Amino acid sequence: MMPDAIELVIVTPEKQLLRQKVADVQMPGENGYLGILPGHAPLMTELGIGELSYHESGGKEPAHIAIIRGFAEVLPDRVTILAETAERAEEIDLQRAKDALARAQKRLAANDPNIDWDRASVALQRALVRVQVGTKRRSALVSGS
Amino acid sequence: MATLLDFRRRIRSVKNTQQITRAMKFVAAARLRRAQEAAIAARPYAKELARMLRSIMSRIAEPQHPLLARRPEERILTLVLTGERGLAGAFNANILRKALDFFRANKGKKISAIPVGKKGRDALRKAGFNLIAEYVNVLARVDFGTAREIAALVTDLYAKEEIDSVYIVFSEFKTVMTSNLVVTKLLPIEAVQADEESSAERATSQIDYIYEQPADQLLDKLLPRYVETQVLRAMLESSAAEHGARMTAMESATKNAGDVIDALTLHMNKVRQAAITKEIIEIVSGASYGA
Repeated sequence: MMPDAIELVIVTPEKQLLRQKVADVQMPGENGYLGILPGHAPLMTELGIGELSYHESGGKEPAHIAIIRGFAEVLPDRVTILAETAERAEEIDLQRAKDALARAQKRLAANDPNIDWDRASVALQRALVRVQVGTKRRSALVSGS
Repeated sequence: MATLLDFRRRIRSVKNTQQITRAMKFVAAARLRRAQEAAIAARPYAKELARMLRSIMSRIAEPQHPLLARRPEERILTLVLTGERGLAGAFNANILRKALDFFRANKGKKISAIPVGKKGRDALRKAGFNLIAEYVNVLARVDFGTAREIAALVTDLYAKEEIDSVYIVFSEFKTVMTSNLVVTKLLPIEAVQADEESSAERATSQIDYIYEQPADQLLDKLLPRYVETQVLRAMLESSAAEHGARMTAMESATKNAGDVIDALTLHMNKVRQAAITKEIIEIVSGASYGA
């Protein structure tokens, strides 16, 4: 029998962010985005830095969550996300994220041989995703009102 | 003999102390609540991670990983989690005693330690132990970043084969009044603790997963995370236990101060009465003499 909803569970080391019935999930796998619908074959993957989105059962507007690294386990009726950090769009301080993005860009653009390139580019990715997800929330608010 | 004024002064001083201990009790109670909430909030992640790890390990015939490698225990590293501050009853002393007992039991082996918390650092340094690193002022607000840093340090040392095992000594929070002193092995990872394996889990353990990455590569990433959550859990438990111990200690201190005040008041009244009686006798005998 095909389940008609997925139970999406998102936990971080600090807390459980979400436990909800959803219709679908898009998540940032290490090797690219994965779209999960109910009845998906069991799967385990590492997560990269990116944006997770899902539709509540019956909902039209997708909800967005910024995910920074972690793991995901997919079962036909359940998706468990173990994220290092996960932030809902509405929880993101957009100004801070933008500042961090500018800092990261500046550091990478400086062409300084002393910087830790990997760390700087991860910081950049992280900031990008947070800005991207944070902005989505803002535009949704504007169009909703 | 102590005069009335002396008693009044002492009573006032004890009252001041009592106010302080009472305030500390309330502060500890508030912090305890926060620490407990944090410990509870951290549970789902640890649980899900352990479940994933078990599920992967059961699928790989011979899991090979530096963190699983067992060596004869010659060089032991111990993480000692104490409090940052005193006035918590025997909290710090108990942990340090447990740690020293553990060191004594492993006499002859090369022992090094990483204290977490100022009290442990001071004591271990004074006792002349080999401290590889120290973490102080990190327990007031336990965050994952610190746990991660500590875990990264020990896993790195272990992977480089500079140490043969890692233990962690801490106080496990049971109730406000009691906590368990525990010494657990952090590395090598022996068996991922299965706390109440649910029937749902047993069902999922039979499933064939699609792996986006090779299973051993996933394991590679999961194992360090597991060590991190173990360290985080110990830190959260220890901080809850510390606040619990401080609350109990301050409560009994407040009670003791109350007892002292009662005893002093009783004494003072006796002295006052004696003084009045004496005065009356003097007046009466003076009056009869004059008559």
